[in-house]
Amino acid sequence: MGATITEKILSAHCDAEPGAPDALRAGQFIMARVDFCLGNDITAPIAIEQFEKAGFEKVFDRTRIALVPDHFTPNKDIKAATLSKRLREFARKHDIVNYWEVGRVGIEHALLPEQGLVGPGDLVIGADSHTCTYGALGAFSTGVGSTDLAACFATGQVWLRVPESMKFTFTGELPRWVGGKDLVLYTIGRIGVDGALYRAMEFCGPAIEKLPMDDRFTMCNMAIEAGGKSGIVPPDEKTRAYCEGRLRREARFLTSDPDADYVEQYEWDVSGLSPQVAAPFLPSNTKGVEEFENIEIDQVVIGSCTNGRISDLRIAAQILEGRKVAPSVRLIVFPATQEIYRQALEEGLVDIFIEAEAAFSTPTCGPCLGGHMGVLAAGERALATTNRNFRTRMGHPDSEVYLCNPAVAAASAVTGRITHPAELGTERPGATARRAD
Amino acid sequence: MPGKCWKFGDDVNTDEIIPARYLNVTDQDELAAHCMEGVDPEFAARAQPGDIIVGGKNFGCGSSREHAPLAIKALGIRCVVAGSFARIFFRNAINIGLPIVECPGAARDAQEGDEVEVDLAAGRVVNHTQGRTYEFEPFPPELQAIIDAGGLIPYAKKTAR
Repeated sequence: MGATITEKILSAHCDAEPGAPDALRAGQFIMARVDFCLGNDITAPIAIEQFEKAGFEKVFDRTRIALVPDHFTPNKDIKAATLSKRLREFARKHDIVNYWEVGRVGIEHALLPEQGLVGPGDLVIGADSHTCTYGALGAFSTGVGSTDLAACFATGQVWLRVPESMKFTFTGELPRWVGGKDLVLYTIGRIGVDGALYRAMEFCGPAIEKLPMDDRFTMCNMAIEAGGKSGIVPPDEKTRAYCEGRLRREARFLTSDPDADYVEQYEWDVSGLSPQVAAPFLPSNTKGVEEFENIEIDQVVIGSCTNGRISDLRIAAQILEGRKVAPSVRLIVFPATQEIYRQALEEGLVDIFIEAEAAFSTPTCGPCLGGHMGVLAAGERALATTNRNFRTRMGHPDSEVYLCNPAVAAASAVTGRITHPAELGTERPGATARRAD
Repeated sequence: MPGKCWKFGDDVNTDEIIPARYLNVTDQDELAAHCMEGVDPEFAARAQPGDIIVGGKNFGCGSSREHAPLAIKALGIRCVVAGSFARIFFRNAINIGLPIVECPGAARDAQEGDEVEVDLAAGRVVNHTQGRTYEFEPFPPELQAIIDAGGLIPYAKKTAR
């Protein structure tokens, strides 16, 4: 029996050679070596308290830890500023290499791959549930808690149960306006919010092979919304091209054996897939966008670790160019990193957003988790490219969040109700007028 | 010793257990004051030390915030019994020493207010109000070792080089 890519990566981090008789199998408990670990301004302060209270004095490797103040930054209040300060002081004390202040920091799960800190074959843990994002690079990557992070700071290790794998094969040609977000929302809709509980979700097939890296990040990012321990895309030439000149460590390109064991397998032809929308209050409440009629919205959020990358902003700008946000709508666009911010400036995307009368924000997790920079009042409804639509997620318990891709978000910001991008057509009155000037 | 049962549904998520607006502190008593606020704003004020939370499937789904099990533990909740647990909540509970029990039958049958007793060593949940007993699978030895050490940090201290 062959091994899955997940079993191979975990084996390699327990000094068991993949393919050897001592290679790991699903179900085993292991203490594994960690290549890289991270925490943010919400989770790391608890880890730091635990680390210090336990009397640990040295971190296992100051180059393999990232502390990312991205959630409540720029500091939203005095308490949040105090958390950030704890992070900063710990980073200075232990000379942590990967620490960024506001102005340099970005949303952790966009920042780390961009900075080449995580790559194929790595084992990464993060005190943030969306750490599963790096599976897009062919890494085993999973979210843990603050105590796990504290222990990892000290030992460089994590306890894990080797997960069973589920295989999702996507075939066919993706229609216009449909991307990674729609594939993963569709998947969660089919299997439910605990459909992949404790399992690794392996995304493959011709449609995935054609999928750009940004979309792969989006898909793996939301593996946790199906309960998954990790999401993973077999690394290929696209992965190699992304890592080139960026990755600071040696990559290890692994793939699953043809006879690897999967607990469940799905194969979907996505040629006829509509852009997907998840209704409150679960990411699994998904339907095609055309099934949402006259759902009026108060706020649209484009960004986050799920959809705040440059290709997401390009799609949104393509739709918003020459158009205005509906008077009843507040559109907030936030790039995931400073590099994406600069790229958006250089490509003229920021002009398009401002011309459309959107707010263009500094990188932050703020609105996604109802932290700051876009919190909802009772009775308000948001459409967001973020990852969760649980009750209270973006603010008041009586507010609502619908989830979608950046194209649907942009089109809906223009009409003021949940809208298929195709509905807007290709005519752009504003763009024509500007050209006439 | 039996505790009073507080019954919740499926997919109770960490945004409900402790909404993000309270994550700007790490003080456990402050977190406890907002425990379960997203689903029942009265809960933290009404729950008594020794009470038991009963959830459906996928309890604790969503974010990795350890503030969620910490808030429950700091409130004095003796144990969380659920049909199943989301994986990060599960490991956080093991790591910080919040007793959790996966026992679908007991979770399904229990009603709000029932007197429920959990015997972790014997692997048994007794619902005294309904006169029913349920058994649950013990933790695998690797996890039991972490629990026996008093949580992951004491365990790591033992194993750290």
